[in-house]
Amino acid sequence: MSTTANSERSLQASHGWFSGVRSWWRMLVICLEERLAYRTDFALGTVMRFLPIVTQVFLWTAVFAASSRTDIAGYSRDNIVAYYLLTMVTRAFSSMPSLAGGISRSIRDGSVKKYLIQPVDYIGFLLASRIAHKLVYYIVAILPFAAVLFFCRGYFPPAPDGLTIAAYILSLLLSFLLGFFLEATLGMIGFWFLEVSSIIFAYMLFQYLLSGHMFPIDMLADIPTGLTGVSLADIVRLLPFEYTAYFPAAVWLGKITGWELVRGILIEIVWLVIMIGVCRFVWWRGTKRYSGFGG
Amino acid sequence: MHTSSETKSDRVIEVNDLAKEYRVYDKPEGLWASVRGLFHRKNRIIHAVRGVDLSVGRGEFLAMLGPNGAGKTTFLKLLSGIITPTRGTARVLGHVPWDRADDFRRRFALVMGQKNQLWWDLPAAESFRLHQEIYRIDPIRFAKIRDELVDMLGVSHLLGQPVRELSLGERMKLELIAALLHEPEVLFLDEPTIGLDVVAQHTIHEFLRHIQKQRSVTVVLTTHYMKDVAALCERVVVVTHGSILYDGSLEQIVDRFTTHKVVTLDLENPPAAGEMERFGFSCEVHGPRVSLRIDRSRIADVLPKLLASQPVRDVSVEDVPLEEIVAGLFRGAAKRQAGTDPDQEVGAV
Repeated sequence: MSTTANSERSLQASHGWFSGVRSWWRMLVICLEERLAYRTDFALGTVMRFLPIVTQVFLWTAVFAASSRTDIAGYSRDNIVAYYLLTMVTRAFSSMPSLAGGISRSIRDGSVKKYLIQPVDYIGFLLASRIAHKLVYYIVAILPFAAVLFFCRGYFPPAPDGLTIAAYILSLLLSFLLGFFLEATLGMIGFWFLEVSSIIFAYMLFQYLLSGHMFPIDMLADIPTGLTGVSLADIVRLLPFEYTAYFPAAVWLGKITGWELVRGILIEIVWLVIMIGVCRFVWWRGTKRYSGFGG
Repeated sequence: MHTSSETKSDRVIEVNDLAKEYRVYDKPEGLWASVRGLFHRKNRIIHAVRGVDLSVGRGEFLAMLGPNGAGKTTFLKLLSGIITPTRGTARVLGHVPWDRADDFRRRFALVMGQKNQLWWDLPAAESFRLHQEIYRIDPIRFAKIRDELVDMLGVSHLLGQPVRELSLGERMKLELIAALLHEPEVLFLDEPTIGLDVVAQHTIHEFLRHIQKQRSVTVVLTTHYMKDVAALCERVVVVTHGSILYDGSLEQIVDRFTTHKVVTLDLENPPAAGEMERFGFSCEVHGPRVSLRIDRSRIADVLPKLLASQPVRDVSVEDVPLEEIVAGLFRGAAKRQAGTDPDQEVGAV
């Protein structure tokens, strides 16, 4: 059998790229099916997502009422509500629930082994499964999202021009990829430390503070760093975090335009390329080190 | 060129001085010890595989037999490229396994226990379809092979059910099918019958034997069940403490490691107390049935005397049961292990 099988195999390998896409598509479909197996869990998770945003809107309403100012760091009350709703949209792209934890668990319990044995690329597979995860989420979440945005339309400034919308969509897609590679890399620390949940927790804390999820990053523009002419916001801008929440929202609100917008997108792309590299490298080192736990 | 590559590929697996060491952290008992463990850790090195040499030809069916912790599974993990060795070399189908080249990974399969390739929440049919894509199996060929394998194991009614709802034996059969869809040239099986009932074990034995003959797949199987070995393999590698203790045919184990045969006599009347002992062999008496262990070299000499000594209804002369021989091998190795510095212990016999 071997000789004919081998020549068939090399024939198939020459169609590598196309069948690569096809197997990737198959992975996407199979992940979709798997996600849909747990409908209730999913619907509930989607609804719960809206709760934190409500508390934040109440908090800022109270802050504005107490200070009797109409403007805090360039944000009116309406601006702030619109900002939080927009970061919620960004987070729907960039947050990766249980990605890092799932990877480290698969390392600990040994289920990562099948991706070492089979001719698949684990990171490519994870990406397919995450896209499937997100697609299912959007299908479930589009109605509540649309409803909330519709009821809150009064808080938003007039819609931006086409180019800004295009930049907004691009920054959203990049935020998905950046979020994915950041958290995938984090999960692969599991090759070195069996328990990574505290590392993930520390990361989440930084992420929450520095991404703009908690407050708009331009509020840090007045905080000095000790370096002349450099504010805390300038430093945060060079880190990857704000591109997973603040940046797209600020683009939509027209707070980042022209050269700053181009620079922001470029920094985001550079971080994405770096994280893809780091993620691959960590996977390569980790699998070299891997000792195949769990039978 | 064709011929030379053929002769070369006769050796499907070539392993030289392969070793794998693990560093483990000895966790002492108790809270205080755990606190101290935060600052000072005692590491210990486990020699899971110690300098093994092995060569396996195309179409061989080889069993690795050994007690728990002998290093069988680590060895399979090395050969399938899941882990990287501490030293030594290995080639499987001409590839270094831990380089994990796709060309290599398309040509072998590994089945470990029963949690492996199938997606837990989906029907097996879906996992099979995914395998068709990732192994790039031609759709027509895929359907043919799948139906053949499914028929052989009689599991067509299980394909549509989520895998999590299936029994252990059912899952194992589907795992085997998943592993064979891409017609691997080399198949590694780690304890394929563990935890299965006798019927399922038998079905899987029949299946493996048939598949291996039909496709001349090279199979390496680890087990600690003698039944697996007796049913399937011509070649046995006995492993203890990470080293090969014996490598050869099943029959030769008997020749090499036993000095006795078991002679069983059914007597007309139960023997008088002490009567059988005078032949000078250890014996068990159960009523009129007497079993004696007799030195192989003396059988021809002793047997006529035994038969003449009293009226005998029936007689049989058998080898010592295989389980007993292997258990003896394991015990002997354990004793040697305890008596020597583990790091100094010599490898293969």
